[in-house]
Amino acid sequence: MIGVISYLVFFATTASILAIAVLGLNLQWGNTGLFNGGVVAFFGAGAYATLILGGTAQAGHLGGYGIFYPLALLGGMVVAGLMAWIVGLLTLRLRHDYLAIATFGVAVAFENLMRNAEWLAGGAKGVRGFERPLRTALGDGFIYNLAFFAVVLLILILTYLFLQRIVVSPFGRLLRAIREDEEAAQSLGKNPARIRLIAFITGSVILGLAGGLYGTFYAFVSPQDVLPTLTFQIWAMLIVGGAGNNRGAIFGAFLIWGAWTASGWALSRFAPVEVQLYTGSVQFILIGSVIVGMLMWRPQGFLPEHLVVSHKGKTKRKQQGEY
Amino acid sequence: MIQHLLDGILTGSYLSLGAIGLTLVMHILRFANFSHAELLSLGAYAALVCDALVSGLAPFLAVKLAPLSLTGSLILAILVSMVLTGLSALLIDRLVFKRVREKGQELSMVFASFGMALIMRNVIGLIFGLSPELYSRDIAFATILSRDPLILVKPDQVFVLGAALLLMFALHLVLSRTTFGYALRAVAENPSLAQVNGVNLQRTIMAVWLIGGGLAAVAGVFYGISHQLIPVMGRDLVLPIFAATIVGGIGSVYGAVLGGFIVGIAGNLALLILPSGYTPSVPFLMILAVLMIRPHGLFGEARA
Repeated sequence: MIGVISYLVFFATTASILAIAVLGLNLQWGNTGLFNGGVVAFFGAGAYATLILGGTAQAGHLGGYGIFYPLALLGGMVVAGLMAWIVGLLTLRLRHDYLAIATFGVAVAFENLMRNAEWLAGGAKGVRGFERPLRTALGDGFIYNLAFFAVVLLILILTYLFLQRIVVSPFGRLLRAIREDEEAAQSLGKNPARIRLIAFITGSVILGLAGGLYGTFYAFVSPQDVLPTLTFQIWAMLIVGGAGNNRGAIFGAFLIWGAWTASGWALSRFAPVEVQLYTGSVQFILIGSVIVGMLMWRPQGFLPEHLVVSHKGKTKRKQQGEY
Repeated sequence: MIQHLLDGILTGSYLSLGAIGLTLVMHILRFANFSHAELLSLGAYAALVCDALVSGLAPFLAVKLAPLSLTGSLILAILVSMVLTGLSALLIDRLVFKRVREKGQELSMVFASFGMALIMRNVIGLIFGLSPELYSRDIAFATILSRDPLILVKPDQVFVLGAALLLMFALHLVLSRTTFGYALRAVAENPSLAQVNGVNLQRTIMAVWLIGGGLAAVAGVFYGISHQLIPVMGRDLVLPIFAATIVGGIGSVYGAVLGGFIVGIAGNLALLILPSGYTPSVPFLMILAVLMIRPHGLFGEARA
């Protein structure tokens, strides 16, 4: 029994961390229409920076700053934001293909750098020597995992509330205005390039936060954690859940992570041994089919965005599909 | 130095072929197609199967055309693979991209192309296995052009470069001398206006996929001849090809050709200053450099 509960806590922690990442992506893609092809780079920047800043000294690569944990996590978010700032500054003025390609390139280059630069982050061996915060007080067992889950859940709720605030604020309306008709927004004296840059950086900072929590949870990060797979998973979560809807983003994260875990378990349990070598391939085909299938049959996702249209003082709710 | 330059030009020849198709699709259908590199793998594997079939049916074709390691059957297989890959590109557009296009925004297409890339890459992996394949098991001996500095060239590489340049020249003639070429440019400029003037939009889109797929097949086979065939080759090729289109300017065929060679040469010259592990990052650095200096590429124009 305790085994099942402890597994559920483990599952829910991972899914909640991913849900935070999906919320960050939702601000970029769902609310602002910015295509981030390198989700994993910003996630990874948060994870690496948190572990390097908060970890103990390691021979051969950066680290050992032993910074107070919340500050280390904040540092991870700042690094992710800085990366977004550079990429955004160069691409957000151009047609949107450029952002897609450049962010995809960031992810390739980030993984490549982490794998090769041993002086920076241990290369292929990854960053070790990170002590999880409060470990001396709570130990390594179930209690710690439960407490960690509570913290992650709290951060997820706070992120959700923060983003909900943004959606209904004038700034949220501005984001949607730019997404729907950039020139119209510009004619009203708004600066689309600047607003998009702010949204892109904010979303990436949230991705970095999720990455930092992920790194903390495993107390280890290596290039294997920043493969493009994670980008695809996080996208599938957003598309299935419903781009533009924060509740949809969280729902999608739990649903897809559940499906991913279940399919991996089923393949290892029931598939013949010679197929098991190809478990990864089968799972990739599944996730690719989920993305393509959703876009073909239900592009708005299971929980679609609610567009609030002001109408003679009354508020009327409409689904996106009716436009 | 000269050896790296030479290798870069040879890399450039297949990058250019891949980039031409990609830049056309990005120009006419207005989306960054992340599954284009998978068409290269598809073409390469289709040629592998055709090669085996042809040399089985007509063994006299399976003789090497000295000094190349290429056989007559492989050349025949390339032609068949061009047609097959072009048709597959068309089929994928019909089944997936066309529907997504009608349903959603431009960027949904980018998502869909990522999904398609994942599906195609892993289906190829399931069918052919994850271990590398080769067109020819024989060792291709390099010809020594000069001993000091040591410069080596394989006859196959010369053939690849020559064939690539020939194909590009043929495409140039089609684009600049035929009504079809004009129609293609008209659609890229303004789809509605082109239709008013009697250009068949659907047929033009079909032609773009056929040309893009066909050139991608050749590029894939040339990659396979120069290196080896692996199911994940698309993953390694997608960024260099995108870099080539951005360096050349999205939408410009000549830009794509030049961009392909520039990216190929830069990737090889980078070996002089960077450890080889960093090679996959070079296309990204080139994209950043181009965006900083000349955002619309060498031959591109601003377009929203």
